[in-house]
Amino acid sequence: MTQFLQQVVAGLASGSIYALLALGIVIIYRSTGIVNFAQGEMATFTTFVAWTLVDHGVGYWGAFALTLVIAFAGGIALERTIVRRVEGGPVITAVILTIGLFILLGGLSNWIWKAEVRSFPPDRPFPTSAWDVGGVAISKQDAGILAVTVVLVLALWALFQLTKLGLALRASALNPTASRLVGIRVGWMLALGWGLAAALGAVAGLFTAAANPPLDPNMMRPVLIYALAAAVLGGLESPVGAIVGGLAIGVVLNLIVTYDTHVHLDLDRMRIPMAFLAILIVLLVRPAGIFGRTAVRRV
Amino acid sequence: MSRLATVRAAVTAVALVAGIVLVYFLPHADRIGYIKGSQLGVYFIAILGLNIVTGYTGQISLGHGAFMAIGGYTTAILVSEHGVRDLWTIPIAALVAGLAGFVVGVPALRLSGLYLALATFGLALAMPAILSWDKLDAVTKSGQEIQLFNSPHLLGKGFEDVHFLGRTLSFNHAVYYLTWGIALLLLAVAWLILRGAPGRAFRAVRDSELAATSSGVRVATYKTLAFAISAAYAGIAGSLFVIALAFADPQSFPATLSLTLIVGAAVAGLGSLWGVLAGAAFVQFLPDFAVHISKAQGVPDTVYGAALILIVLLLPTGVAGGLRRALSPLTTRLYTRSQSQ
Amino acid sequence: MTPLLELEDVEARYGPVRALHGVSLSVGEGEVVAVLGGNGAGKTTTLRAISGLVSTAGEVRFAGERISRASPERVARAGIAHVPEGRGLFNELSVYDNLRLGAFLQRSGFDEDYERVRAHFPWLEDRRDQQAGTLSGGEQQMLAIARALMARPRLLLLDEPSLGLAPLVVREIFAILGDLNEKEGLAVLVVEQNAKLALRSSSRAYVLEVGRVALEGPSAELAENESVRKAYLGY
Repeated sequence: MTQFLQQVVAGLASGSIYALLALGIVIIYRSTGIVNFAQGEMATFTTFVAWTLVDHGVGYWGAFALTLVIAFAGGIALERTIVRRVEGGPVITAVILTIGLFILLGGLSNWIWKAEVRSFPPDRPFPTSAWDVGGVAISKQDAGILAVTVVLVLALWALFQLTKLGLALRASALNPTASRLVGIRVGWMLALGWGLAAALGAVAGLFTAAANPPLDPNMMRPVLIYALAAAVLGGLESPVGAIVGGLAIGVVLNLIVTYDTHVHLDLDRMRIPMAFLAILIVLLVRPAGIFGRTAVRRV
Repeated sequence: MSRLATVRAAVTAVALVAGIVLVYFLPHADRIGYIKGSQLGVYFIAILGLNIVTGYTGQISLGHGAFMAIGGYTTAILVSEHGVRDLWTIPIAALVAGLAGFVVGVPALRLSGLYLALATFGLALAMPAILSWDKLDAVTKSGQEIQLFNSPHLLGKGFEDVHFLGRTLSFNHAVYYLTWGIALLLLAVAWLILRGAPGRAFRAVRDSELAATSSGVRVATYKTLAFAISAAYAGIAGSLFVIALAFADPQSFPATLSLTLIVGAAVAGLGSLWGVLAGAAFVQFLPDFAVHISKAQGVPDTVYGAALILIVLLLPTGVAGGLRRALSPLTTRLYTRSQSQ
Repeated sequence: MTPLLELEDVEARYGPVRALHGVSLSVGEGEVVAVLGGNGAGKTTTLRAISGLVSTAGEVRFAGERISRASPERVARAGIAHVPEGRGLFNELSVYDNLRLGAFLQRSGFDEDYERVRAHFPWLEDRRDQQAGTLSGGEQQMLAIARALMARPRLLLLDEPSLGLAPLVVREIFAILGDLNEKEGLAVLVVEQNAKLALRSSSRAYVLEVGRVALEGPSAELAENESVRKAYLGY
């Protein structure tokens, strides 16, 4: 039982990372109708930027905050310069564009930072020791990741539901034309969406780096597929779905791999195919996802 | 025959001859050589197939590398385990991959545009892990390299000279001509399919499934057919790839291969056969070219990604679309002239 | 006196298709002007041209200022509220949120604006939290107008307010519009297929045909005009 709880908590922590990335994907999809395949590589790039800041003497949390700002600005810049030109066009064009970004950012990360072994300072962002809660070992890092995720999600919720800006953001995603007619600068709202998504990705990247040292340019590749699976599972248009989906996938994957020792299906290496299977099943059975609205197609 | 049809036939004939000549002289071009030339041919075939499913029926597949892997592994297993002559494995690989394409194509019917792209993207990412999975040992050898080098069933055992029609060719030469011979053949086949009734049905499906259905086109049939055909093409490409390499392993078919293929198809210009060579050349030579700019790690991808983004922004309809636009003053005159007859 | 809204030789195109071939019209301060015409005449396009939703050539002036190629956001900021075809509501949001969005450009005075709008549409308060998309057709149209009013516009653009609504509801809506015009001096440019109603509620009217102004004049006169009666009034 203790092992079960431990794995659940660990799964929730890794699931939080998937949820953050998935949330970014959903925000972009809701506002611009584009699936950002480059979401993971954007996260990797910003994580390397953070490492550079720390390497130059900036304190970890200072670098964390600064990186979020840089990521935010970068996301806005990306949308305003490149992405806006493919919005509203054929799906394939946007797909190729984000794939191009995926390749470009991956290449840039490799080029600028080369393949040296680097890590963040130990015990950053959270100590790697664990608490003993009634026999269950809960890693402080996992708890920290969960806590920050909760705070971020609440902050975003507040932004979207309680502020005028949030209302404008939601309106722009729901009905861009009507939004423009009431005076909302829809273009900048979309850019803001990309900025928020980039910042969420940055957090996901920093947590991934903390959980899997040393820093590796390919670290977000599997996270991307889990995040896509989470977004699809929860419903591509549903922020709540992205979070629930991410946590669910984190927990379920962890449990499956743990209990694989009993069935010997060598499932540890099959995580990505399992995520793919999840995507496939959801898309076939209920494409709108758990929390999505089933769209009625008018013929 | 109307003037337009005459012109079309003439252009096609010229293109065919030009293609054969090009194939003969290509390896002598600077820095290309027979090995890269074969690789170009492999991409050409795979992108041709992908164009059929994504360009002509509008189903976005980000997972065609998986079909290449299936074709490639079919060849590898048959040659190494069952002693089948490599050339005979090519049609078998086509069949197996085509069947896999059909199997994928059926559920794909329920997924539109972006959802299909997501599902196939997942397939592409999952393939390397599946190929390394212990439980599929019989088929994939658990991700260990399947060595074909020195196999008597392989063309020239992978390194010796090959005797063909009284002439002696080195292994690389032989592979090159084999690849491009098949490529030109497949191009002709694609051209025939696409200009006939199936081609019209494909285009109808892409432009409006609703209209196509009400016009009596069995949309489901044609969509799965397109998937199967394109997968067969990719399977042949994979098979030729493995023959050229003389081995097969999961790293030869990484997730990025599927991305490379869709990039090639997009650069080529979806829905037209004219740009496929340009698309294949783009994905084959741009990374090589980038390496010449700087040998630093990551530069090729940076240049490649940047070029891709530029093309998407400046030439969204690909090379074929650009050609069409550039030539439109010529072709409009042809069209109007024939109408007045 | 310069008219509030002036269109001079406005052309508009959707891709290669030209929808407006040089439309000139004007709306005076506090005037109600109707635009009539059959399907495809260009009525909706005219409103979209004013709002900046379609690319145009020619001149559009509002309160003396050129808004010819301004973005919709800019046009809204100038004081024009457009209730488009399809009502332009945020169906997934509540009635209250729709009204909040209508007041997006206003920095203060929301409560007063809300009270004013409630005076015209009292039922809004009861339905404040209801999803806009679940309202009846007539209620949606009224909400759309209410939302436009929240922007304190000087000119209201209305695209076929009577479409799909029962005659009683339509009469109610036009009565409210008349009220707004009389009491608050709101200028209205209304596009309508229901010619009889439009001519009765307006002081001047334009008849569009194939993207051009075919007839114009005081509404009372147009109502008696032989060709108008045959084509649009049915007798």
